[in-house]
Amino acid sequence: MPVTTLDGHAVHVDAEGFLTDPAEWDESLADVLAERIGLTLTDEHRAVLRFLRADFTARGETPTLRRASLGTGIPVKALFGLFPQKPAKKMAYVAGLPKPHGCV
Amino acid sequence: MTHRLVVLGAGTAGTMVVNRLRRRLDPLEWDITVVDRDDAHPYQPGFLFLPFGRLRARDLVRSRHAFVTDGVELVLGEVDRVDPDGRTVTLTDGRRLGYDYLVIATGASPRPDQTPGMLGPQWRRSIFDFYTLDGAQALADALVAFPGGRLVVHIVETPIKCPVAPLEFTFLVDDWLRRRGLRERTELVYVTPLSGAFTQPIASDRLGSMLAERSVTVETDFLVERVDADARTLVSYDEREVPFDLLVTVPLHMGADYVGRSGLGDELNFVPVDRHTQLSTAHRDVFALGDASDIPASKAGSVAHFSVDVFVDNFLEHVAGRPMTRAFDGHANCFVESGAGRGLLIDFNYDTEPLPGRYPLPVGPLSLLKETRANHLGKLAFRWLYWNVLLPGRPMPLPSHMSMVGKSVPATPATAATR
Ligand SMILES: Cc1cc2nc3c(=O)[nH]c(=O)nc-3n(C[C@H](O)[C@H](O)[C@H](O)COP(=O)(O)OP(=O)(O)OC[C@H]3O[C@@H](n4cnc5c(N)ncnc54)[C@H](O)[C@@H]3O)c2cc1C
Repeated sequence: MPVTTLDGHAVHVDAEGFLTDPAEWDESLADVLAERIGLTLTDEHRAVLRFLRADFTARGETPTLRRASLGTGIPVKALFGLFPQKPAKKMAYVAGLPKPHGCV
Repeated sequence: MTHRLVVLGAGTAGTMVVNRLRRRLDPLEWDITVVDRDDAHPYQPGFLFLPFGRLRARDLVRSRHAFVTDGVELVLGEVDRVDPDGRTVTLTDGRRLGYDYLVIATGASPRPDQTPGMLGPQWRRSIFDFYTLDGAQALADALVAFPGGRLVVHIVETPIKCPVAPLEFTFLVDDWLRRRGLRERTELVYVTPLSGAFTQPIASDRLGSMLAERSVTVETDFLVERVDADARTLVSYDEREVPFDLLVTVPLHMGADYVGRSGLGDELNFVPVDRHTQLSTAHRDVFALGDASDIPASKAGSVAHFSVDVFVDNFLEHVAGRPMTRAFDGHANCFVESGAGRGLLIDFNYDTEPLPGRYPLPVGPLSLLKETRANHLGKLAFRWLYWNVLLPGRPMPLPSHMSMVGKSVPATPATAATR
């Protein structure tokens, strides 16, 4: 896996830029990742990221949009507002988690 | 003392597992009970052909009793609740079944009630599904009366049973419309929540170009928020609209409601299990097999079959107090009907995506990811194998683990990341 440096953080990423080691993530890196996809994080974004991180730690898998919505109480529609177009992918990217595998 | 194994659901997985375990567990030591709500076992892969009048409903349904071996008790009743601490299953009529080990095999069902507007006045008028027997039959009537227009094939959300079935339906309906001289007058649209025709890159490319060759418009990353039945339009969360004259949708899939009520499920009522042993992550005496579990594999009969192979050996070790030594690899193989009497075959597991090449079989190899007549015949032959070999739990000449023999591995491994 290639190593890249993001604003002083050396991290392992896959070809699409998703972090491959979730342990290399912290909240300050989230801002850097968000900026790269044109987002500025608000408290609401951060609440979503915290849920994603906690759920990933508990289950070993990036949660789906439906699960993130239930877990945070934020309606799916609002998640589309926070992470436009491809919310499931964008949330995972900013949270430093593997890309959600669209289920086989 | 006798041990009690209770299996919930006498569908593909439940039937196979009781038949296989009855031969391996001493009848003096083990009672085996399997519960289902009715005595009609459908061959679900056949639903794909009903809309085109190629099979009749009565060709697809048999009595469950006929497939459950002697020495296994088949209880007909609706499961209401499981009490995992009291190790008891309660049926809606009040009957109670105690267990020492429980296998949840109640599958997944399409839930049109979960998408606002779907079950409105247009349900089974211009909105159909083919994932149920009555849905597929109603669609057959609608297709015969279809004069042309916008025909939209749609998937609400993954996971769904047999993830290639909506593609197969699209290929078959394209072929059917051509034969009836209606293809010129029909705009065919494929609407998916995925970013391509299928999840895995190589298969997605192949299947995507097959859609393009058939002039099917593909709308990707479409997450439906509601159906506007009056306007006959699908509306997505990001406010895209797809109008239709005839909608063939694959509704959201969920595990059985009792799973949720009993605190045994995730947000879609699928049972969280270890992906290699299918033992519940919460209870040491509960397993989930087939579509009912949350393993990241296809919800397919082939997966149920390969995983039951692994499960039976593991279960014997588990009840003897030994560690389970076999690990299920997520192996799936699916025939994909492509119309005009041809089909593809795909073979994959948790780690290896569907690849081109050849699939070795005792009767001669089949081509992978390529349209051939032999694959179509394989798909048709499967119905016979299902009733006569698979359900009775007779040995199939197919290894449960995926094999790389015959597969062509791309020089630079394609990853999902490349798109
Ligand atoms: C249109 C279509 C095409 C398909 N094509 C293919 C294919 O080509 N290849 C392939 O491998 N797979 C295919 N499949 C998928 C395959 O049919 C399923 O994956 C397989 O049947 C799953 O087996 P299962 O035992 O988990 O669930 P099922 O076979 O669905 O059995 C579940 C059982 O549980 C019972 N049940 C549920 N809830 C309760 C309750 N509360 N109380 C009592 N009983 C209950 C149900 O009555 C049912 O009998 C297809 C499915 C569909 C719908």
